[in-house]
Formats: sequence, structure tokens, C-alpha cells
Amino acid sequence: MRTLYLALKYLAVTLWSGFVIFPFLWMLTTSFKTANGVTGGATWLPWLQYQPSLGGWQSLFGGAGGVNIVRPYLNSLVVTLSGSAIALILGTLAAYGLSRFSFRAGPIRNGDITFFFISQRIMPPIVLAIPFFLMLRWLGLLDSLPGLILIYVALLMPIAVWVMVDFFNTIPRGLDEMAWMDGCPPVTTFLRVILPNVMPGLVVAGMFCLIFGWNDFFFAFTLTFTKTQLLPVSIVALNSSVTPWWALSAAAIVSVAPLAVLAFVVERFLSRGGLAGAVR
Amino acid sequence: MLVLRDLSLTEGGVPHLAAVSVEAEPGRMTTLLGRTGAGKTTLLRAVAGLVQPQSGQISLAGNDWSRLPPWRRPVAMVTQQFINYPHLSVLDNVAFPLIRRGEPREAAREAAAAMLGRVGLAQMTGRRPAALSGGQQQRVAIARALVKRAPVLLLDEPFVNLDYKLREGLREELAELLRSQSDTVVLYATTDPREALQMGDCTVLMAEGRVLQAGPPRAVFGAPATLEAARVVNDPPINLLAAEITQSGLVLDHLGPQSPGATGRALPPGRYTLGLRAEDIRSGGPLPARVALTEVSGSETVTHLMAGAQPLVMLERAVTDHRLGSELGLMLDLGKALVFGADGALILKGASHG
Repeated sequence: MRTLYLALKYLAVTLWSGFVIFPFLWMLTTSFKTANGVTGGATWLPWLQYQPSLGGWQSLFGGAGGVNIVRPYLNSLVVTLSGSAIALILGTLAAYGLSRFSFRAGPIRNGDITFFFISQRIMPPIVLAIPFFLMLRWLGLLDSLPGLILIYVALLMPIAVWVMVDFFNTIPRGLDEMAWMDGCPPVTTFLRVILPNVMPGLVVAGMFCLIFGWNDFFFAFTLTFTKTQLLPVSIVALNSSVTPWWALSAAAIVSVAPLAVLAFVVERFLSRGGLAGAVR
Repeated sequence: MLVLRDLSLTEGGVPHLAAVSVEAEPGRMTTLLGRTGAGKTTLLRAVAGLVQPQSGQISLAGNDWSRLPPWRRPVAMVTQQFINYPHLSVLDNVAFPLIRRGEPREAAREAAAAMLGRVGLAQMTGRRPAALSGGQQQRVAIARALVKRAPVLLLDEPFVNLDYKLREGLREELAELLRSQSDTVVLYATTDPREALQMGDCTVLMAEGRVLQAGPPRAVFGAPATLEAARVVNDPPINLLAAEITQSGLVLDHLGPQSPGATGRALPPGRYTLGLRAEDIRSGGPLPARVALTEVSGSETVTHLMAGAQPLVMLERAVTDHRLGSELGLMLDLGKALVFGADGALILKGASHG
């Protein structure tokens, strides 16, 4: 009975692994194919079934028919990391304030303010695009990295606030008070006592910010022209009348790589029990 | 000496503290006794600076604290909840306030280890608080409060969430630990009159944010100044019997004429309320009563009865099995009753009280 259970378990895990790995495998093989290799039906084994080529990868670095994605890649890294970091810092501070203090402005209370943050993400992006465009133009930051960072902070901060408010709410206010009585002023209390106890929340919020920031195409496209390009836009620029699946697959791999690394890091953190039971 | 003078705090029209004045001496435990909502916790939080009274003054040894933020007040506090720092080990939890105070890390950890040894947690120093039982977690909180050697120690029903046996044990341990801190002012809030009697050197009775009475525990228990104070200091609840003393003798409203005894003879005719403690009612007498509820607690039995329309509570120092609805004959020891006047003030103390 136990053997059957184990066999079924391994079968389920194997099927699921295949389900997850298959798209990556498909991308990897396609990235080494040529136009002939792609159109000739499903093939898997290099040299035996198709002749591998580095053409797809070369087109990412300015090769024939391609674009150079190095600059956009670095731009994406700078914008995503800076935007996420600033959004996480501001969002965490805002969330702590919303969790610990009561705000009143007419009929508006803490819950309304939290919802206001979240509502920024509920609206369709197109609603924000024109105001963002006008604001950046007014600031002279259109088509620039600082402008994009500013917009990404505005887009990612609601995520950080939304995640962190819940985490702060799980920490009893008595912990802040105990730290005060143990000689910690509020800022020290926040940094030394509260923040270490919401590390799992910071990881989750940071992960969401990085994923949303890295994957954004819409604002990267509408708020830039030619000077500053981000990775998703440059990948689209690879497309032509004949879809270059080999180049797009190579681009997809390099584009998903940072998120895959992030997933591995966070998974290790999660498996250590970091997220569960950190706070009584 | 810690002096709290005329502390008042009203929130949303509800008075949490109403001109509360308390004086507490170092080396003595002052117990704040009152029911839930009496203002005990608010008073302790005001001393710690966690709430700001709208008026009044808090001073220690003549130094006014009233406007100091909590992190500048030399207080330590243990609360009902087992509040510890979840991200720190037991040792670092206890060393935390010393390190924050600027003591060298190693010295702080040595002092913390010594204190953990005193509270019986020497083997647990490396664990996280969440890995400990409730009693052990509270010991960590107590160790952290004591290791600071703060001039003022605030204990807010520290054992209320623990089981009976553990509570008894920790209470004794705490009293033992406090003996070594003779320069500390200790304020201990409790809802349990027996705990106040057992632990305190001075008892402050509180109700609805007011101080009802303060003094040595035996004096407060023996002669509660008012009906309200009598209700607070008695557990099981005191029996309150409306009575009239006439020329011909003592008449209880629901129980009829009684032998006047010393009580009746000492007072002029008029309306009174007699406060008769549960232990001053015994079974085996002439007054018929029906058992409404029996609670056995340890080696004691508390029986709730109805004598006609008069509810009564009887305490027996034995485990007895009075069946629900059965009839009992009661003996009221009215000679020990506290007598309160029409304004609720105590005017005559019973024979054996105080």
C-alpha cells in the first residue's frame, strides 16, 4: 500500500515537473534552431534531428536581423531594482503607519487609505498612461531612466503597502510597546524589533514588486521613445514579418532568467520555514 | 517613592482614570485590585507612558515623569500576554534591554544568563520563545523585566493566562525574586482578592477608574470602606442583605426577623445593608434554602442558594456534594456581618474581621 502511494506520488511529481519544465525545454531547443528547424515539426535532439545554430542568440547582441538587448537589459535591471527597492522602503513605512496609527480625515479611515493604494492596481493601466505621460513630460523625464523609476515606484508601492499592512497587523502592538519600555525610540523599535519580524513579508512584497516591475511592457512602451528602452520593448522589436522564433526564444530565456534565480532564492527561504510561524 | 497624583483620562466620554492618586514605596508590593475595566491596566500603562493622562502628575523620588516618553522612563513591565521578541533567542530576549541601555554585549548576555538561571530557564537560552511553553514564555518576560533592575516594576496580571498550579508556583518564585530588589517600586494589578492578600504589602481597591480605598491588605479586607469596596475585595461575592433595625429588633427584607445580636443592639433604628461573607454562612441551621449552583474549587465548595427571594452564596472549606434543587438549612452568622449605612459607607465592622 505504501509502495503504491509512493509510486503515485512520484508519478504526480514527475508529471508536474514535466508540465513546468516542458516550456523551458521547448524555448531552449527553439533558441538553437534556424528557420528550417522550427518549421520542420517537433524536434528535440540537436545534430540528430536538427542542426543547432547560434543565430538566435547572436541576434540578441546586434547580429543579423536582431537588436542589441544588452543596454535594454541593464536598463530593465536598473529600473526594476531601483523602483522595487524604493517602492518597498516607502511602502513598508506607509504600511507600518497604517497598521499602527489611526488616521482620520472626514469620513476617511485607515482602511480607506489602504484601499486607495490598492485601487491604483485595480484601474486598467491605460487610465494611468495619459496622466503619467503628461506628468513626465512636465517634469522633463519622458524617455529617461529616472522617469521610469518614478513611475515604477508609483506602480509597485501599492503592492508593497497591500502585502505589508497585513504582515504588520499580525504583529501585536504590545511588541512595539515592550520595545519602547526596553529603551527603544520608535525608529529603533521599527528597525530592530518590528522589521526583523516581518522579513517574510518583505521577501514576498519584494518578490511581487520585482516580478511586476520586470514583466511590465505597457508603461515601458508608452513612456519611452528611442533613447531609453527596456527589455520587454526590445524583445518586441525583434519581431518582423517572419516571426524569428529562435531569437524570441533566446530572448525569453534571458528575460526569465533573473526571475528564475529569484524563485530559487525565495524557495530556499520558504523551505526554511521563513514564512510560516515567524510570529506567534 | 512613586507618587501618582490626580491622574485622569477620559476617552470617548468614558472615564478610564478619574483623579487617581496612589503612593507606592520602594521594596513593597502595591497591589491594584479591581474587576476587569476598573482602570488597573490603564493606570500601569500611564505609569509606563503608554497612555497619556489628560491631567495629573507622575513622579519618582520627586522627579516629574509626566511628559517623558516610554523609552525614557525607567520602568519594566510584564503583561498578561507572553510578550517576547520572536526573532531573538531566549538569551538575547533577556539581554536586549541591557544592550539597548548601552551595556557591553558580553556583560549583558552574562547578566541575562544569570537571570535565566534564577527563573529556571538555564537550559533554554538558545531557543526561540515560540518553542517554549506558556509558563516558560512568561518566565522569559519576567526575567527580561527583572534583569533591567528598573526602579519601577509594573506587573499586569502576569499569571492570569496560566493554569492554576503554574500560577501558584510562579507567584511564589516572583515573590522570592523580588525580595532581592528591595529598592524597586512594584505595582501589581490583579482581579483576584486572594492574590492581593497573599502578595501585597499595600492594597489599592479600584472600580470604574477610581480608587475606592487603599491600605494594608488585612485592613482593607477586614473593613472595606464602602459597599462597592466590599464587593471588590470579596471572592466568592459577599452576600448583601437589605435590613431594617426597629425598636423590636433586626428584620431582613427577604428573610424576616432575626436575632438582633450585637449588631442589632449597637445601631440606632433605620435602614441598613448587611454584608455577610460567604464563609459566614453555614449549613445545618434553621433557614431553608434551595441549591441553585455548586462550584467545587480545589478543597473548597461554593454553593449558590435561594432563600425565598434572597440569593445567598455559601463557602465551605471542604468538598461537598449539594445536589441541584435540594433543600438546605442555613445558619447566618450575622454577628460577623459588615453593616453599611444608607449612603453605602461602612458603619460597623463584624466581630472577627480585621
